[in-house]
Amino acid sequence: MAILDKHTVLEKNVTLLAIFAFLVVTVGGIVQIAPLFWLENTIEDVEGVRPYSPLELAGRDIYIREGCYVCHSQMIRPMRDEVERYGHYSLAAESKYDHPFQWGSKRTGPDLARVGGRYSDDWHVDHLRDPQSVVPESVMPKYGFLENRLIDGEYVGDLLKTHRMVGVPYTEEMIENARADFAVQVDPDGDWDGLVERYPGAQVRNFDGQAGISEADALIAYLQMLGTLVDFSTFTPDASR
Amino acid sequence: MAKKPLNTPKKEDVDTTGHSWDGIEEYNNPLPRWWLWTFYATIVWAILYTVAYPAWPGIKAATPGLLGWSTRANVQADIESAEAANAAINTQLASVELTAIADDAELRTYATSAGAAVFRTWCAQCHGSGAAGVAASGYPNLLDDDWLWGGDIEAIHTTINHGIRNEEDPDARWSQMPAFGDILAGDEIDQVVNYVMSLSGTPQDASLVEAGSVIYQDNCAACHMEDGTGDRNQGAPNLTDAIWLYGGSHDTLTQTVAYSRFGVMPSWSSRLSEAEIRAVATYVHQLGGGE
Repeated sequence: MAILDKHTVLEKNVTLLAIFAFLVVTVGGIVQIAPLFWLENTIEDVEGVRPYSPLELAGRDIYIREGCYVCHSQMIRPMRDEVERYGHYSLAAESKYDHPFQWGSKRTGPDLARVGGRYSDDWHVDHLRDPQSVVPESVMPKYGFLENRLIDGEYVGDLLKTHRMVGVPYTEEMIENARADFAVQVDPDGDWDGLVERYPGAQVRNFDGQAGISEADALIAYLQMLGTLVDFSTFTPDASR
Repeated sequence: MAKKPLNTPKKEDVDTTGHSWDGIEEYNNPLPRWWLWTFYATIVWAILYTVAYPAWPGIKAATPGLLGWSTRANVQADIESAEAANAAINTQLASVELTAIADDAELRTYATSAGAAVFRTWCAQCHGSGAAGVAASGYPNLLDDDWLWGGDIEAIHTTINHGIRNEEDPDARWSQMPAFGDILAGDEIDQVVNYVMSLSGTPQDASLVEAGSVIYQDNCAACHMEDGTGDRNQGAPNLTDAIWLYGGSHDTLTQTVAYSRFGVMPSWSSRLSEAEIRAVATYVHQLGGGE
């Protein structure tokens, strides 16, 4: 038991104890976390998933700022009741460009992972303005003020750069055109070919139905694309993943 | 009551750890036997668990586990078994003539209940949990017999299947009223609004109705028909029935004429199965206004 007796050395030397405790936690962390970065069945490439367009990304920031994640999750769990209510269960790849992810842990409101296209833009405007006008039993607060707060996307290029720093593959071209793409996504009469080429499947509409780019435009653009990128008519998930 | 004896072991029964602080010594009592064995059992359990379930990371994949457990496979099996339970009647529902559903009592009962469940999940957010819509907000009431695109089972089925004015479905029902604010002058809009109000009730200013009638025939009759009864082929509402999608006051009608409206309904063919769409069409059809 000579080696066990040595622990009196650790117990009497706080710096050494801290170093060894750190080593033990490191080993545990490496065993549990590190394999997730190389195991093939935890990294699934799914066709269609792309980085957020500048307007969607701005809307996502508003979603986070207003604390939407406190009541809404974005994670359809692989269970029959959830799939029947919300649609196909969420894939890890669908939130791979989320920094931070919006899976959430509380559902006071419904899950929003596949809310895109489920309602019209008008419904979102009505619902943000006065949720009880369309869903009387809702306890959601009113967000009508978003329509009146105009945004110009001055720093949206920097926002893209920040996301690139944490691993989202925004190209130079995307960052150069960020502000133009931001503005053109609410202008169906504008020249949005470049936007759709850079962000396939981006929806171009005047989301809040009013002149100018408001926070409501950005938020609705974000909500309307949630869960729409993967075409489940052609994608079959691998059961082992 | 007798005094409980203190259960203190005598010093000579138990070894001490040898630690001594100011004369206070620490007994070296063993852990309770049951506790120790439970502890060993949990270690064995943990090892068996990692053998049975996916656990140990390898070069390319983790060990799959002897039980072959998979969340995705489980939910797939779960969904399939639920589908299998209703497969016979769903196949029948999806294949019969739409008009025949109402004649078959079993099919009708099934479709109505299944449709009610689909409605509450996917439709109630706009049309209301009781299907009465939202008055004057553009979400149609499905209980009355006023239909924009037709109220027989086939028309309802098409509307649900493809939706209205959405971008995702090329077969979506589509029409767009021009914004007459760009076409007519302000007083002309006032006149035509008064005429439209006169079709189902009292105009705000009766003296403008006659002039409004002329403007109506020139600009509106092509879709809303000369008599104002509308055209379901283009989703042009009946203006004579005092049922208003966005409200029938002078102000809202002026807004409707000047800026037009553009109500959108999503296409459901990509989200619901054919049987589910038929079920909810049957449900909506039997609510009261079905033709």
